[in-house]
Amino acid sequence: MTAPLLKVENLRIELTTRDGVAPVIDDLSFELGAGESISFVGESGCGKSMTALGIMGLLPEKIGRIAAGSILFEGEELSTASEKRMREIRGNDISMIFQEPMTSLNPVYTVGEQIAEVLRAHQNLSKSAAWSKATELLDAVRIPNAQRRVNDYPFQMSGGQRQRVMIAIALACEPKILIADEPTTALDVTVQAQIFDLLNDLKRQTGTAIIMITHDMGAVAEMAQRMIVMYAGRNAEQGPVENIIEHPRHPYSRGLISCVPHIMATLTEERHPLTEVAGIVPSLREFGKDQCLFASRCTMVSQKCLDKRPPEVAFADGQKSACWHAEAV
Amino acid sequence: MRVFYAVILLLAVLVLNFSMMHLAPGDVADTISQSMGGADEEILDQIRADYGLDQPFLVQLGRYIGNVLRFDLGYSFFYNKPVTELILQRLPATLLLVFVAQILALFIGVILGVISARKPNGIASHFVTMLALFGYSAPVFWTGILLLIAFSLKIQIFPVAGMRDITISGGFWVHFVDVVRHLVLPVITLGSIFLALYSRLSRATMMEVLGSDYVRTAKAKGLSEREVVYKHALKNSLSPVITLAGLQFSAVISGAVLVEAVFSWPGLGTLAFQSIIARDTPTILGILFFSALVVIVGNLLTDLALRLVDPRMRGKG
Repeated sequence: MTAPLLKVENLRIELTTRDGVAPVIDDLSFELGAGESISFVGESGCGKSMTALGIMGLLPEKIGRIAAGSILFEGEELSTASEKRMREIRGNDISMIFQEPMTSLNPVYTVGEQIAEVLRAHQNLSKSAAWSKATELLDAVRIPNAQRRVNDYPFQMSGGQRQRVMIAIALACEPKILIADEPTTALDVTVQAQIFDLLNDLKRQTGTAIIMITHDMGAVAEMAQRMIVMYAGRNAEQGPVENIIEHPRHPYSRGLISCVPHIMATLTEERHPLTEVAGIVPSLREFGKDQCLFASRCTMVSQKCLDKRPPEVAFADGQKSACWHAEAV
Repeated sequence: MRVFYAVILLLAVLVLNFSMMHLAPGDVADTISQSMGGADEEILDQIRADYGLDQPFLVQLGRYIGNVLRFDLGYSFFYNKPVTELILQRLPATLLLVFVAQILALFIGVILGVISARKPNGIASHFVTMLALFGYSAPVFWTGILLLIAFSLKIQIFPVAGMRDITISGGFWVHFVDVVRHLVLPVITLGSIFLALYSRLSRATMMEVLGSDYVRTAKAKGLSEREVVYKHALKNSLSPVITLAGLQFSAVISGAVLVEAVFSWPGLGTLAFQSIIARDTPTILGILFFSALVVIVGNLLTDLALRLVDPRMRGKG
């Protein structure tokens, strides 16, 4: 097996808060192969976005820092790379699209300029070459009348169109990795499907690996080959998407999956009543504790879960679960 | 459309100014008779008839507006000159002072704001806070006098008063340098208040913009720090500052009256001051009219600047 494109090992990201230092990412490891798609799943506040920002080197200044572990991109350590080197990588080798297409584009520049800018920064294209490439890209993300709309400002476009522009910006330099942080959360359902189609098509054309962050199990099933379920900054379970959906090995994954009625309906042909995972994600203060952080919401909780943090248990097909009762789930 | 509103506004200002002056007790006739050492009712009535002051209010108002539309602002008995000529003589000096102060305050204020927003706890940031506190709280005439004492009397680098030195002769550049030397202290005095306002506001908006999603996008594109701050963030943080600057235009002009008095700057402010003392109604009205004109033109310029900075403002109204 060739070396993975991205290898994250024992990553620990700490945030300085009013209550002290909290590990928002605690001992996270995963790999991403070239052209592969993986999904991060979990509720808000589980550290999915922090992982993405950590890889991009865009953690909030003076508040967040990578405290331990490594992020290897094609064998190169990113967690200690210089800001100058990170700028070369950002937008060129690894790029990112964000949750909020309405506010993620600069309101005072044309979309053409915002696409062309990234091409000028990384590919040394001339002004006019970058501009015509920007028009092509706008066409590639299926914005009709690209020739004319390249001169539009973001406020003249709909949410879905703006997210397409964001995708055009992210894919302009044909990056090796695209990180999509809940790219469809702010869009309505039909537009969501279009964006997924677009991402899948572009992925086929360019061979870009995609890290998709979402809490939408439907999106996971549609987009990813492997998934990583995160809970309270820790890896709860990871493995191939079908295996986890068919047989989750962590009570949290099971809870998340049972929250999505239509997936169960198609995969198992039986309908479950709508369920929820009772309770909420613990506060940042709890994050560092040596116990299972899901214990307070878990139906299978035992004394062991409260005393010690569970290790990762490996199953066939690369499914791994951090649960004391993984075998029993 | 904007221009149409501006004209209506100007007319309203004219009517209001005139009515208020009319309501105030005492008139030109009183002042003239005083300067002659007193007069009886008959002469007063004669003077009033001469100046048309015996006509009903509406007739006077109509006449006044009609005259103004023909660019005739009346005749100043005090200076013995047509008011228009008097004002046009003084206007350039005031415009020079007001625009230079306003533009410098904006420019430096924004730069200070940006620098301090990037390091909210740095030395520059504390400096801006101190400067703002000083600018807000120090009265203009006091700042002006202090500057005069420091830089004209103790260390003699700048002239004490006036706009040009009549003993100097030479080409354009000699006079230019001379005016600039006279301009420095008044501009610092007038600009300091507005510099404080603008630097505080641009610091606040810049900090907000630096935390916005599109700045994060710009960083995620791998752009340099300079491009992120001065291209993506700055242009967005300008609108509120420009809006404020537009609103401050009237304050700048009234501030100019005080500054001109302190530095004997030969502008509208000094003229206004003298004509109020002399009850020179036509001149006062003329000055009020021109200040309104300057404020309105300033607001139009503000609108234009906003459209230039923010495309969302275009195509509206």
